[in-house]
This record gives sequence, C-alpha cells and structure tokens, in this order.
Amino acid sequence: MRKTEVAFWLVPVACFFLFPDYRVLGSQILITALFALSLDLVLGYAGVISLGHAAFFGVGAYAAGLLARHGWGEPVSGLVVAASVAAAAGWVTSFLVVRGRDFTRLMVTLGIGLLFFEAANRAAPVTGGVDGLTGVAMGRLLGVFAFDLGGRTAYVYSLVVLFAGFIVLRALVNSPFGLSLCAIRENASRVPALGVSVRSRLVAAYTVGAAIAGLAGGLLAQTTQFVGLDSLSFQRSAELLVMLVLGGAGRLYGAIVGTAVFMVVQDVLAGMNPVYWQFWIGLLLVAIVLAARGGILGAVDAGMARWRGSS
Amino acid sequence: MIGSFLGVLFDGVAYGSLLFLVSVGLSVTLGLMNFVNLAHGAFAMLGGYVCVTLMTRWGVPFLATLPIAFLATAAAGAVLERTLYRRLYKASHLDQVLFSIGLTFMAIAGATYVWGPAQQPVRLPEILRGQVNVLGLDLGSYRLFLVAIVVAITAGLAYLMERTRFGARVRAAVDDAEVASGLGINVDLLFALMFALGTGLAGLGGALGIDVLGLDPTFPIKYMVYFLLVVAVGGTGTIRGPLVAALVLGIVDVAGKYYVPQAGGFIIYTMMVALLIAFPAGLMGRRA
Repeated sequence: MRKTEVAFWLVPVACFFLFPDYRVLGSQILITALFALSLDLVLGYAGVISLGHAAFFGVGAYAAGLLARHGWGEPVSGLVVAASVAAAAGWVTSFLVVRGRDFTRLMVTLGIGLLFFEAANRAAPVTGGVDGLTGVAMGRLLGVFAFDLGGRTAYVYSLVVLFAGFIVLRALVNSPFGLSLCAIRENASRVPALGVSVRSRLVAAYTVGAAIAGLAGGLLAQTTQFVGLDSLSFQRSAELLVMLVLGGAGRLYGAIVGTAVFMVVQDVLAGMNPVYWQFWIGLLLVAIVLAARGGILGAVDAGMARWRGSS
Repeated sequence: MIGSFLGVLFDGVAYGSLLFLVSVGLSVTLGLMNFVNLAHGAFAMLGGYVCVTLMTRWGVPFLATLPIAFLATAAAGAVLERTLYRRLYKASHLDQVLFSIGLTFMAIAGATYVWGPAQQPVRLPEILRGQVNVLGLDLGSYRLFLVAIVVAITAGLAYLMERTRFGARVRAAVDDAEVASGLGINVDLLFALMFALGTGLAGLGGALGIDVLGLDPTFPIKYMVYFLLVVAVGGTGTIRGPLVAALVLGIVDVAGKYYVPQAGGFIIYTMMVALLIAFPAGLMGRRA
C-alpha cells in the first residue's frame, strides 16, 4: 500500500472518533461504498452496464435478514451466507447477461432487477412485502459486541468488512484477471485473439460483483435489523450508478469517494423534499456526463497533472 | 367465454397500439442515432400534461389538445436535441444511459413541482365515452378511437419511410450514416427532424394514453420498461418490428392482468428476459 492509500483509510477511522453522533450515517456510507465497489468491478472494469445491480444487494439483505429472523443471529456466518446466496444468484443470471450486446445486456440486467423486485413483493408471507422484513434479531458480533443504537459496533463492523472487500478487489483488479477485464471493456472482439474467453471472464466478474453486493446487502440487514423492499428497487440501482460515476468509475477509490460525497450531501439536504433532491441528482448526472466524465477523482487527477506540468 | 376473450384481445390491441405510438420514436433514436434514450417516456408524460393543462385551465376540447400536444413535445424534443442530445451521439452507451436517467429524474421532479404528485383526470368528450356494438361485441368507443388513430398514423409513417425520398434518406442514414453523408444527405438535419417527430409522437401517445395508462410524475419510470422492450424486441430501423412487438406485448400484458392478476409484473418481465435471450437482435432486426 502506498502512503496516500494509508492516509485514505485513516479518514474513516478518524471519523469514528471525531463524529461520534454520526456513526449510524457513517456505517450506512461504508456499506453503500462496498456496494458501489462491487458495481465498479462489473461496470468500471468489465464494462458491463448494469441497471439491476440492486438485485444482488437485495438478495444478500433478505438472505441475512431471513436467517436472523428464523433464529440464526450469528453475524459473521450470516454474512457468508448472504454473499454465497447472492453469488449463486449472480452466477445463474450471468449467463443471461453475457449473451447479446450492449443494449440487450442493459435490458436484461434491468429485467432481472425488476423480476427480483417483483418476486420479493409477491412473496409477502416470507419477505414482508412492501412493509419490509422486521423482527431481525442479531446476536453479538464475535460473541462479544452487541449492536447498539449509537451505531458503534455497526460502524467498526462495516469498516472492517469494507476494507476486507476492498483488499480482495484491489488484488483482483491488479491481477492478470483484472487486466483481462479491462481488455474486454476496451475491445471485446480482440480479446479472444489473446487466448482469453470473454464469456467465462465476464461470468466470473459478474459473480464476484454479485457476491460483494450481497455482502453489502447482508451488512445493511444486520446493522439496521430491517430489510425494506426498496433494497431491490430500480431507484437503488440508479442511485448507485450516480455515486460510482460521481467518484469516477474504474478506479475503486472513486466508488468510495463518490458514495461518501453523495450520501453526506443527501444527509445535509435531508430537510428538502425528496422529489427535489431527485431533481438535483438528475442535474448532477447530466453535468457529469457533459462536463466531467472522470468524476471527482478524474478531476483531481487532471488538476494534479496540470499542477505538476506548471511547476 | 369467447366474448370475454375477444374483449381482452381487443383491449390488448388498443393498449399495444398506444405502446407502439409512444415507442416508435425511441426505435428511431436507437436505430438512427444509436442513442439509448431512457428519457423517452418523459416526452410522453409532457404530452399528457400539455393535454390536461389545456383542458382544465383553458377549456380546450380534448380532440383539439392532441395536435397541440404533438407540436409542443416535438418542439421540446427539437430544442433538447439541438442543445444536449447531439453532443452525446458519439459517446458511450454508459454516458447516454446516465445522461438520460438524469434527464428523467429532472422531468419527474419538475412534473411533481408543477402539477403535483396526484393522478391527472381526463374528461373525454361525450362521443368517445361508453361502448359501441360491433358485430355483437361491446367495444369501448375510446379504445376503438385509439386503434383508428394509430392505424392512420402507422399508415402515414409507413408511407413516409417506404415511399418518399425523405424516408429513403432516413433508411440510408440508419444503415450507414457516414456513407449517407458522403452522398450529400444532410444527416445532421435528418437526426433533428426524426428526433422531433419521434418525441412528438410520444407526446401524442402520452396525451391519448391518459385514460389507459394514467398520468402522474412517475410515468417515465413506470413505463420505461415497456417502451424499451418494444424497441429491443421489435428491432430498430423498421416500422413493422416495433408494431408487432407492441401488439404482442399489449395483448400479453392485458391478458396476464385479466386472467392471472396475482402474477403482477412477473409475466411481462419474464417475457422480456426470455425474448431478449431468444432474439438478441430483435424479432425483425433489419440487416443492411
């Protein structure tokens, strides 16, 4: 790890001590950042535009929530189950997604997301439907730390899982596997000439992305002890896309920065009618696409390059 | 039994023709400009609101609001095409998706601000209410009117695209914009005209559809899947493809809601994924 990276990770640690009143929000940001990281692998690296990534987040959330509701309240094993179930869902659907080209793919991810949403909505006896899944009773983390209302345990737990997920993804994208994903993103028709199967790489990337999204969903279910139907919604997939491109896709840290900025601003403007908040998200998206395609970190990079050039 | 089946079939056809009217413009944007425009439903919504506002505030009769809704949305489409959309023709699909989602969000918030979150009522003229008896079947007059309008518009569109010089230019540009512009075709102008025509038809569809689809600010997201599906399944660059797709979709959706209401959105979403897997290039993709 480089010095800037160490410094970066000290920020959330410092926030834990500096803003004790905001630990609940903080843990939500950390969880969403993990979710955004999973999309970054699929979209930023492999170049698969997904409009239904919330499907795996929701699957993980319901898996962890249902497990705890029906008596298995141990958190860590619950997370493992959440990630596994989401990975299985990702693996099965990945074969549908890798068929077809850009536009078809986009539609298939959208359709799968809607199908999962509708399934949870219809299976109200199991999932609670629109009322959400309540009665999620969590045990102590590692048998020691109880989940508290102040979000102390939730914050540390989320940060540790986020960091672990990040380390795995960082190793993955810097490996030959990660490079082959970038190659597929840049020019999928030339990749077979290198002896790499586009299909199997995309299936693998999509499955890993789904597993990590499920991990994030499981975390949210455990720390809030509730699963809402909105965890599967199109809105959530779309907002996740916004966070990712706001920070800058295809660079991991962009996912984390974008999520943090987005959610802090959202919290500051919480008094605003959510509909008008939606207006500003829309404007932000249009502005990013037209003016700042690299997102925040892209702008920082460009600024650094200019500064180095002039000095 | 047979009567109710035919009734459902007819409602499905009416619903499908409406979907076709709104989506045909999307097929043009995707086929001609290769632009994934998720904001297409927002233009339909605009047409609906133009119609409602004219009727409730200025007392314009329903039928007279329809051409105004067409022109107003076509104008809005032309302005947006010239100022924003054209910058993104060469951009990646991701950029186009983000841009048009952004536009949709802004349209939803804007519509809530101006018209409020409630469903908008529409007062149909006396002559279009009630039912008429055709060959022993009681059909809704409004739905009959809808089908008639869409048949007329489709015939007009087919003539425009297949028989006129303008249509030939459009088809040439769909096949290969670069070569077409090399032949002296003003592709840039064609794009703008077709975009305006497409959004205008969407606006007309939105106005005609208030009675069938409803009208509230979530309209663009609620029906986005349907519009996209018509295009994805129907293929781009033809009139026939989206027409067949829209009719199939309309009939299946209405029949599903009538016979298996507990399945909800399942039928349509499953069909969507299945059709896309089976026909990645569309039912009738036009191959150059």
